[in-house]
Amino acid sequence: MSPGFATRLARWMPKLAVAPGFALSFAFIYGLIAWNGVLSFSASRLLPNYEWVGLAQYVALFESERWIVALTNLGIFSALFIGVGLALGLFLAVLLDQKIRAEGALRTIYLYPMALSFIVTGTAWKWILNPGLGLEHLVRSWGFEGFSFDWLVNPDMAIYTVVIAGVWQSAGFVMALFLAGLRGIDDAILKAAQIDGATLPRIYWRIVIPSLRPVFFSTLLVLAHISIKSFDLVMALTAGGPGFATDMPATFMYAMSFSRGQIGLGAASATIMLCTVAAIVVPYLYSELRGARR
Amino acid sequence: MTFHRFPARALHIAAATTLFCAFFAAQAGEVEVLHYWTSGGEAKAASALKATLQGKGHSWKDFAVAGGGGDSAMTVLKSRVVSGNAPAAAQIKGPSIQEWGNEGVLANLDDVAKANNWDALLPKVVSDVMKHKGHYVAVPVNVHRVNWLWANPEALKKANAKMPTNWDEFFVTAEALKKAGLIAVAHGGQNWQDFTTFESVALGVGGADFYRKALVQLDPATIKGPTMLKVLTTFKRVKGYTDKNAPGRDWNLATAMVIRGEAGMQLMGDWAKGEFIAAGKAPGKDFLCAAAPGTANAFTFNIDSFAMFKIKNTANLQAQKDMAAAIMSPEFQETFNLNKGSIPARLNMDMSKFDDCAKLSSKDFVATAKGNTLVPSIAHGMAVSSAAEGAIKDVVSQFWNTDAMTPEQAADRLVAAAKTR
Repeated sequence: MSPGFATRLARWMPKLAVAPGFALSFAFIYGLIAWNGVLSFSASRLLPNYEWVGLAQYVALFESERWIVALTNLGIFSALFIGVGLALGLFLAVLLDQKIRAEGALRTIYLYPMALSFIVTGTAWKWILNPGLGLEHLVRSWGFEGFSFDWLVNPDMAIYTVVIAGVWQSAGFVMALFLAGLRGIDDAILKAAQIDGATLPRIYWRIVIPSLRPVFFSTLLVLAHISIKSFDLVMALTAGGPGFATDMPATFMYAMSFSRGQIGLGAASATIMLCTVAAIVVPYLYSELRGARR
Repeated sequence: MTFHRFPARALHIAAATTLFCAFFAAQAGEVEVLHYWTSGGEAKAASALKATLQGKGHSWKDFAVAGGGGDSAMTVLKSRVVSGNAPAAAQIKGPSIQEWGNEGVLANLDDVAKANNWDALLPKVVSDVMKHKGHYVAVPVNVHRVNWLWANPEALKKANAKMPTNWDEFFVTAEALKKAGLIAVAHGGQNWQDFTTFESVALGVGGADFYRKALVQLDPATIKGPTMLKVLTTFKRVKGYTDKNAPGRDWNLATAMVIRGEAGMQLMGDWAKGEFIAAGKAPGKDFLCAAAPGTANAFTFNIDSFAMFKIKNTANLQAQKDMAAAIMSPEFQETFNLNKGSIPARLNMDMSKFDDCAKLSSKDFVATAKGNTLVPSIAHGMAVSSAAEGAIKDVVSQFWNTDAMTPEQAADRLVAAAKTR
């Protein structure tokens, strides 16, 4: 019962409390990432094995046309999903910030799609966009016989239908984040600007949006990782089709690892996906941590 | 009176059951069976196997994983095998049996096979699929014929067209159906359905020898040859007779279009028959079945089979062997296939209980096995490794969907895809 023991225990307590969680996350996140990395250098087919083949799986991966299509789709999807999502979310937030009536109800309606899983969103949009069932059929039945909207079944345009469904799903969420950011801005600054004679668009452009910088970053981070790992939305909406026109890295990885018996190739594609995420997250974390120290 | 007698009889039954159980407890084992027969007709067929085994006193532990293609079932199976806890039997087919055999986890069934004379009961192409390095490791439960053409006779009559027997006639019929305002060919634009159509075209246009060389042996010269270009051109022509809403449609919805008379024909394996029968239609009267155009003397097979895994418990081992023997028995093969819509894998079966389509299928199965025109279906995982099959499937599907791709370009890509190991 020496006071020394109690102090020492008190000093160790936080570390002891964190240790189990740390060990578990180390084993099941970083351990499995490392295992995946090892597998990507092996000749694993149906089951994992450890025959070393060097970079052969990566070479095969980048020679595969399907993988190139998947990467291109990821580029198109991420750019549009993030760009349109941010713009639309911000626009909705600005509109909703005008102290209007029934704001609570509108906010709930806009946010509601986020409560649905991507599987539901994908299935619903699959019906809406099906030429014989949804939008095209509806407009034609109104008498516009020439109307055509068959992106879902057109290999060149199908990826944009995934963007439509994805933006529909996430715009409300982005709006909620921006709305919180807008509410956090000091009214006094805005009032001062108004007294100085600034117009409303100018106030938004020069004061409000710049002060939303942190919100932009966190939204970007959330949307970027959703788009890189997007799997369920594609599976439900197009299942990667027509052909493999809407394949994404995640669906590619799943197909190779689990239905084609090419675990090595799947692991290589998963590693590339991890690198892509890391390329976005690491600079972000770096800037955040540096900011915290300052 | 009845009050007294009934409990007494119940007691007798209970006593008998107890004795029965006690007797079998010594040797009764448990078989855990992983399968993906979860749709209506399939589940019925699976319960026939369960009943057969329970009749032998073994208990059946069902391990059904939903998902028709079996992808999810295979994922579950892999995790079980990796953790050293394999089920007794799993539904694995085609070259995948070899892939699992190479992992060294399958049981040797040679003694059961020898005792029941499997070598004589199965065509050699079939038994070769069931063997790994010359030893039986799997048992076939059924044979599906993939090269079928289904048609609605009403629709044909309306278009004043006849059932085609070769690809030239096929396009004449399709044109007539189109003129009559119908969808000529019901199709579902999923890559395996594109591939099923492609394989029937390849067999019909090129014949069994070409098919074997190009799609089983993956010979580059044959894949690039003039016959393949003709196959690809014909294949692409079929697309012109499908409707715009096909992409993503499930095969059974396409079959339903033929059933309702919205569409005239469908190229699909004989599981489509199950849909017609389930809709209360009679073969020959409400729907027609024929070999896909130009393939009357050939047969692409898709065989479901159970691979047996190495297990340690001796009682369970006996149960596993009994299951293997039971699967090949004529009684099981008959009940199962009557429910599933396929035909028995065993030769020399009495087909009197089967319908006309199955009878034709069985007759052709035996004849093509003798005539060496019985070939494995590549679209259904019977011909080449899953990696090569997937790569070829991708090319075929891309060719089907991309109007800008020429048959020459497609053939070049097929050669590249065939190199996938």
